[in-house]
Amino acid sequence: MIRRWGMAVDLDRCTGCGACVTACHAENNIPTVGSEQAARGRAMHWIRVERYWEGEFPDVKLKFRPVMCQQCDAAPCEPVCPTYASHHTEEGLNAQIYNRCIGTRYCANACPYNVRFFNFFNPRWPKPLNVQLNPDVSVREVGVMEKCTFCVQRISAAEIDAKAEKRELKDGDVKPACVQSCAAKALVFGDLSDPESDVSRLSRSSRGSKLLEEVGTLPKVAYLGREG
Amino acid sequence: MSESTPATGSMVEGLLRPLVRTSWRFYVLVAFLGSIVAAGLGTWAYQMYMGFGLTGINMPVYWAFYVTNFVFWIGISHAGTLISAILRLVNAGWRRPVTRCAEVITVFALMIGAMFPIIHLGRPWLFFWLVPYPSERRIWPNFRSPLVWDFFAISTYLTGSLLFLFLPMIPDFALVRDRSTGVRRRAYGVLALGWRGTTRQWHRLESAMQIMAIAIIPVAVSVHTIVSFDFSMAPVPMWHSTMFGPYFVAGAIFSGIAALIVAMAALRKFLHLEAYLHPVHFQNLGKLLLMMSLLWAYFVFAERLTTWYGNDSAEINVFYVTQRGSFAPLYWTMVVCNFLLPLTILSIKRLRTIAGCVTAAVSVCIGMWLERFLIIVPSLSHKYLTYTWGHYRPRPVEIMITISTFAAMTLLYTLFAKFVPIISIWELEAGEHHVPAVSPLAAPQRGLRHDPALEETRA
Repeated sequence: MIRRWGMAVDLDRCTGCGACVTACHAENNIPTVGSEQAARGRAMHWIRVERYWEGEFPDVKLKFRPVMCQQCDAAPCEPVCPTYASHHTEEGLNAQIYNRCIGTRYCANACPYNVRFFNFFNPRWPKPLNVQLNPDVSVREVGVMEKCTFCVQRISAAEIDAKAEKRELKDGDVKPACVQSCAAKALVFGDLSDPESDVSRLSRSSRGSKLLEEVGTLPKVAYLGREG
Repeated sequence: MSESTPATGSMVEGLLRPLVRTSWRFYVLVAFLGSIVAAGLGTWAYQMYMGFGLTGINMPVYWAFYVTNFVFWIGISHAGTLISAILRLVNAGWRRPVTRCAEVITVFALMIGAMFPIIHLGRPWLFFWLVPYPSERRIWPNFRSPLVWDFFAISTYLTGSLLFLFLPMIPDFALVRDRSTGVRRRAYGVLALGWRGTTRQWHRLESAMQIMAIAIIPVAVSVHTIVSFDFSMAPVPMWHSTMFGPYFVAGAIFSGIAALIVAMAALRKFLHLEAYLHPVHFQNLGKLLLMMSLLWAYFVFAERLTTWYGNDSAEINVFYVTQRGSFAPLYWTMVVCNFLLPLTILSIKRLRTIAGCVTAAVSVCIGMWLERFLIIVPSLSHKYLTYTWGHYRPRPVEIMITISTFAAMTLLYTLFAKFVPIISIWELEAGEHHVPAVSPLAAPQRGLRHDPALEETRA
């Protein structure tokens, strides 16, 4: 059976700690660009925690919203890529083939969520940071786009393990780095084609909505709003 | 090689003079422009070596100066072929000295414009992946991508406009061939494709030009429509619009006419073509420019009004940021340059002089460049999620490469005018003798004489 990987984000639980961002950087070999380049808008965070304030100071409420690639079923980034670097996998993931990317950056323009990032320079990891690179994830060279993959390397590893142990993947076997590191358990990942999985149950919740649903991208990430 | 007697007359002499005589000013100009173009190419190489980060591009403004230049130059390219094709088809007699100046703009502007999709790539050395070529991996480009449509549209248009430029040059190449010796004779002999001026050849040329004039119009319209699709196919606020196709085509013809007026004025001044490019040519093109200015303003008004009434949460942000936000100074400059100034100058007969038309045309060129910039950048910097709003400032590499494209256009134009009669001699002669357009004399033009009386009436 073909799986449909999806995620649920409980905004009521998110504390805005940023552990998901750090974990994602470590897991996916995402380079840091330094303060000067970050100020120019070159920072790359496959997942970011958006901060919004409500009300006037001092009576303000702080709200957090972690945003990563929404792995849309009707992804605007895919048809515009002239080389198929951005494409849809059988399991519904929006994959990015770095080797095939020529850097038109069209996908990033088309993406309503701004979750695609461009390598403005060749990435560098000053010693000894280079030894912490994850061998399961390729590093990207200058001029290519990159984005959240739902930690596809972890999905593959879990599938291989399950196959070796001659069993089916069960709910919770795959945990992307952000989900694993979320202390508040605000992020839940799983198979949307299994109606009994945690992520399916949460996505069906009455608190659930999709980000920029009106654009018609059919995202696979559900955001659960605060109750009341 | 034919044994045709060289055409005589002061007109031919005058029009061939730039080919024969070279002043020191020409070398200085070529060296000056050439060094700017070389600096631009060097900057591009430096950008490739150091990384694309040298530009001001950032998240979320992933397209800016380079794509603006792309749309601008492809727009300028509509000068030529489209205008000259229409003027040929409607058989406008005043077109004769204008057509070749216009057709050349098309070819060079397309060549420059087509560089930008490559310059703006993150990995420009892999640009050929846009081309459907048979590869051992059997990977094709994605035919759903407007960038691939661009590739087909631009390569078709470039091929078509090259043919459209080349066909009416053949008799003139033969003329130069017959009047020269040595290497020059051989070179122009090759270009003249064995032209002898027989009745059969004139007939073939005539039908070929008719076919091209008709075929190039839908091609030109489709090219800028497809360029507009680069934007309107993406769900970006203010891009995702059904009117972008005609809006871009109108803008392209608008900027194309402006570029043609500027080029003609420069040719008239520097090549002393006062006898051929009369005030009436500028006045007629000025009227066309005025019409396109009104059409452009109509499109902008329609776009702005519907956006304002629609009040879509994402679009209205882009609307206000251009209308009265950080992009407002550029926006209102554009309105003045593209509408108020040309309208004032060109609708008052007394101001519709050569100087007036050139002022309006330069203003339109600036305004249309700004228009493309204002279509691209405010939308990208103000997409849906306010958290990701950004800003953009050009960096030196982008400015240098942009400047060098204008130098490249001038350089190519200067060189062209050096080696090819910039005014179609045989067409002018055919016009002198009141032969219907595109059906020139059945005999070679050797017998033609310059008639001062007719010259008088035309002026």
